[in-house]
Amino acid sequence: MSIEHSSHSEDLPPHVPRRADTDPRAAKRAERQVGLLFIASSLATVGFIVAFVFISTEDLLDLPFFGNVSASNFALGLFMGVALFAIGAGAIHWAKKLMSDVEVINERHPEGSDDESRAAALAEYERGRDESGFTRRPFIRNSLLLSLALAGIPAVVLLRDLGPLPGTVLRHTMWTEDMRILTAETLQPIRPGDLEIGTLVSGVPEGIDLVLEEEGNLNELAKSPVILVRMDPTDIKAEQGPADDPWGYQGILCFSKICTHVGCPISLYEQQTHHLLCPCHQSTFDLTDAANVIFGPAARALPQLAISVDTDGYLVARGDFTQPVGPSFWERG
Amino acid sequence: MTALLARRRSKFATAAVLLVALLAMGGAYSIASSASRAQAAPRADTSTQVEQGKKLFLEGCSTCHGAGGEGNFQPDGTVAGPSLIGVGAAAVDFQVSTGRMPLANPGAQAPQKTPVYTPDEVAALAAYIVSLSPADPGPAIPTSDMYDYSNLTPEELALGGQLYRANCSSCHNFAGEGGALSAGKYAPSLMGVEPRIIYEAMLTGPQSMPVFPDTTMRVQDKQAIIGYIKSLETQPNPGGIDLGRLGPVTEGLLLWTLGLGLMIAVAVWIGVKAK
Repeated sequence: MSIEHSSHSEDLPPHVPRRADTDPRAAKRAERQVGLLFIASSLATVGFIVAFVFISTEDLLDLPFFGNVSASNFALGLFMGVALFAIGAGAIHWAKKLMSDVEVINERHPEGSDDESRAAALAEYERGRDESGFTRRPFIRNSLLLSLALAGIPAVVLLRDLGPLPGTVLRHTMWTEDMRILTAETLQPIRPGDLEIGTLVSGVPEGIDLVLEEEGNLNELAKSPVILVRMDPTDIKAEQGPADDPWGYQGILCFSKICTHVGCPISLYEQQTHHLLCPCHQSTFDLTDAANVIFGPAARALPQLAISVDTDGYLVARGDFTQPVGPSFWERG
Repeated sequence: MTALLARRRSKFATAAVLLVALLAMGGAYSIASSASRAQAAPRADTSTQVEQGKKLFLEGCSTCHGAGGEGNFQPDGTVAGPSLIGVGAAAVDFQVSTGRMPLANPGAQAPQKTPVYTPDEVAALAAYIVSLSPADPGPAIPTSDMYDYSNLTPEELALGGQLYRANCSSCHNFAGEGGALSAGKYAPSLMGVEPRIIYEAMLTGPQSMPVFPDTTMRVQDKQAIIGYIKSLETQPNPGGIDLGRLGPVTEGLLLWTLGLGLMIAVAVWIGVKAK
């Protein structure tokens, strides 16, 4: 690109020379600064190699603010950062202090090609069209269009592997009548007397460990977890289930642990307010009021599991959830 | 003084006055609060532990918790202090030896602060609270063999991790760094907390925390959880500046403010004409 020192230069403000332009000592100083920046970069590069070779990745370095960091990581990052930054800083400093900074005007060229080039391009296109016979041989043209259109279809067929449709899988969990509620991870059965007021227990259905041994079957673990809380029965304002036969047991309430918004496991239980919060999007359920949503993006109350005790005195489910647990899905209605 | 008066319309004047006022308030407050701490120095008392505890209770706790620990319930339904009858020695030890009680001022949460009472005084207070309900004394202070995590196998530590993620992580964060609850409450960080205190917190469910009794979370389960939390403390942090290990939001915020700010500063430096 040619720079035109055009006749418009009278529009520019007068050029102000820098100190380095007029004072040779300032120019010498700027030269030294730029050179030192480049030398600093070189030293940092050497430092990077030395650090890479000699600092063990096991070494830790306790630095203020950064904490207990890996000495190797820290040294490599520091040296690489200085090496790259000093090259850039030196180059900018050089350009600003020492390279010519006389203002010039560079006129723009008109955009678009001239008429001659356009006509030539069009003629070239028409010649190619006629020589290929694309318009004269419709059989070739149409069969080409067909093959191109079909070539995209395999991508659609591959989507079939997303199926089959889940059927009723989303509507049921493995809870059945008289199935014991076990503590999560440790799989111990629970007696009502084990739960003091204010207790929170993460629960799973009895037999979840057997189901999980079937290879890849995490669906049940994704659907069936529950939480048990015990509160003073006088704190309970409403429960799910029929009014004459509520689903709790002596102040023990059992709810699905899967948030009805997007299905996060939800067990952030504030014992004093009886609010249950989802840590993902702060949906808040009031466990004293049938787990209705009082804040956040969830649209439905947490499904409650009806519970009772079996003949051995352990907490059991009275059956499956009566509505699908977890987030909404298209066919849920 | 005239020089000061001349500057009173400076744009920094408001900020300077605010700063001076805040420093003065803060200084006065810290002097006042350290004075009140000095009053609670241990005393020689020949009476029994329960009587000493009762004295301390009447002095430092009864304003909110009632003269007999029965609680202080206002007619409008607010609770100045809950009943302490039957809360157990473990609850007293947790609240008082971490400085959460006595409360400095009512608020969303009782924060941890420098303890006011000596260990002997805490024991006396606990003995007094236990004596209030001899029939149902509540959870006792756990013994050291219950929270000793030094002999855990790797398998038990892994189970501790599973239990931690199932029961604790939704409030205290996956790395034990703590997190926010609703309305100004928060779950404190678990880093550097004594094993006994962690055990007592699970046992008694202080403040917003639910109770995890030994019946549904057995002694060995609590031990495994404590061991897992302690293993989190000693995990190295190769990258440095973990930002509370809160995840992409904090990291993104830092990059968008500090990182982008630095880049803008460099761009401005590049664009400035040299003199």
